[in-house]
Amino acid sequence: MNSDRVADRVKGLKGSGIREFFDIAQQTEGAISLGVGEPDFVTPWSIREACIFSLEKGYTSYTSNWGLLELREMISDRVYTDDSVYYDPEGEILITTGVSEAFDLAVRAIADPGDEVIIHEPSYVSYKPCTLFTGASPVCVDTGVEDEFKLRAEKLEQKITDKTKAIILSYPNNPTGATLSRKDLEEIADVVTEHDLLVISDEVYGKLTYDGKHTCFSSLNGMKDRTILLNGFSKAYAMTGWRLGYAAGNKDIIEAMMKIHQYIMLCAPITAQMAAMEALRTNDEMERMVSEYNRRRRLMVEGLREIGLSCFEPKGAFYTFPSIENTGFKTSEAFAKRLLLEEKVVVIPGSVFGASGERFVRCSYAVSQYEIKEALERMGRFLEGHRVV
Amino acid sequence: MNEKEKQKEGEILRILEENARLSDNEIAKMVDMDEGGVKAIISELENSGIIRKYKALINHEKAGIETVQAVIDVKVNPERNTGYDSIAERISRFPEVKSVRLISGEYDLSVLIQGKTMHEVAYFVAEKIAPLDGVRNTVTHFLLKTYKENGEMYEEEEKGERLAVTL
Repeated sequence: MNSDRVADRVKGLKGSGIREFFDIAQQTEGAISLGVGEPDFVTPWSIREACIFSLEKGYTSYTSNWGLLELREMISDRVYTDDSVYYDPEGEILITTGVSEAFDLAVRAIADPGDEVIIHEPSYVSYKPCTLFTGASPVCVDTGVEDEFKLRAEKLEQKITDKTKAIILSYPNNPTGATLSRKDLEEIADVVTEHDLLVISDEVYGKLTYDGKHTCFSSLNGMKDRTILLNGFSKAYAMTGWRLGYAAGNKDIIEAMMKIHQYIMLCAPITAQMAAMEALRTNDEMERMVSEYNRRRRLMVEGLREIGLSCFEPKGAFYTFPSIENTGFKTSEAFAKRLLLEEKVVVIPGSVFGASGERFVRCSYAVSQYEIKEALERMGRFLEGHRVV
Repeated sequence: MNEKEKQKEGEILRILEENARLSDNEIAKMVDMDEGGVKAIISELENSGIIRKYKALINHEKAGIETVQAVIDVKVNPERNTGYDSIAERISRFPEVKSVRLISGEYDLSVLIQGKTMHEVAYFVAEKIAPLDGVRNTVTHFLLKTYKENGEMYEEEEKGERLAVTL
């Protein structure tokens, strides 16, 4: 982009990933896509049915800028029950149009030009650009497979300067599937306290944790006041297209986020808010989906290892992040392009998620068991032809 | 059996109930066990009669196989020593009878019959079920269309298409 009509701030921005490859991937007939970042389940029927009922009853208006109070109360209850941290539904919770909006609001509410925001990589693609929009500087800290892609407190500390305002925490992680234990989180919390930082914790994959229970960062001692907790309905309840999320945190910060939200979004769609209330009423369907992801996770990790890719064991989200180290390919992009061309399997080059993702590809297991088996067979054949001797 | 083995057994049952055609090897990966262990658990489940059988769920209408099914509500006189069991077992033994259930309410047994024609099913009820000692009354409901069977929808739900790539 070099049109004079486009603002410099945007011109400098890279498109999300490698557009050309993605275009081909979208259009390839007969391809099996492990490039998906959303559940293959349709939103559970009880949720859809409740939404239809709300439309029949005529719930089609704006809501409060904060979101429906009843929904905020239900979220407050749920977070308290599941994560042992209490948020006041009036003032400490804001309903947003997906976690994407919540993240944008959070970083805009706290970062000034010149501030530094630390982002661990590989991680989701929107953190960096959203930070750049505020005029603050994103500072990347690499996480590696040798650390199971965990953000280590000592590595974090090395990146802290007197300009550091906040850190982004994104666990369970997209694209690696890494999770942090309570102990890992406590070590990070110590650094946060010592350097007087804020934390934006994107926990949208929190319910998709397969080994032990997810620990909510703000539930740690002293962290509630320093953390903007972001979560939503997309992944756990298979509700990606509804665009519904929320932010919870310190009253002043949530109030600041609400100010931006009221001008740019006004409120999240009432239809999605009505559906979200139904989603929170029962956990059965979510638990059923989580056990199914867990089976697929094991099937895929074992399968990847069997065809000769070394693969770190992901404990959350629905991604595996195998290494392409012992294949003949120099870049993850070259690997992905060739795999699509030869065997019609779509995987996402790890480089999309930051430089430290370069030697990896992201394979999603939010696909059927049949597709996992078929994709693995194709990938196995592909690797046979490209094995390094 | 300890708590962990029980849990694995339950998980294997859930997997098989969903898809009985998976190999032991695939199941082993899913439940994080070795293949031998899975094999052993499954044979134990088969031997003890917990797993009764592996079958395919077939949409007969789609396959073009003409069948007629009817649910028969049956009111019976329970017997002194065996209650409903002996009459229910008598009815169960006919191959035309697909399922027999003791139910609460006005009638006692709910019997599913399958035959080739309506005539055949009606005759079967009139000749084999109704005259049985202990059967007081029957009501026949012919099935007109199956929407869902054993937890599976017969018509695949229309589904929005997912993008091949989302980050």
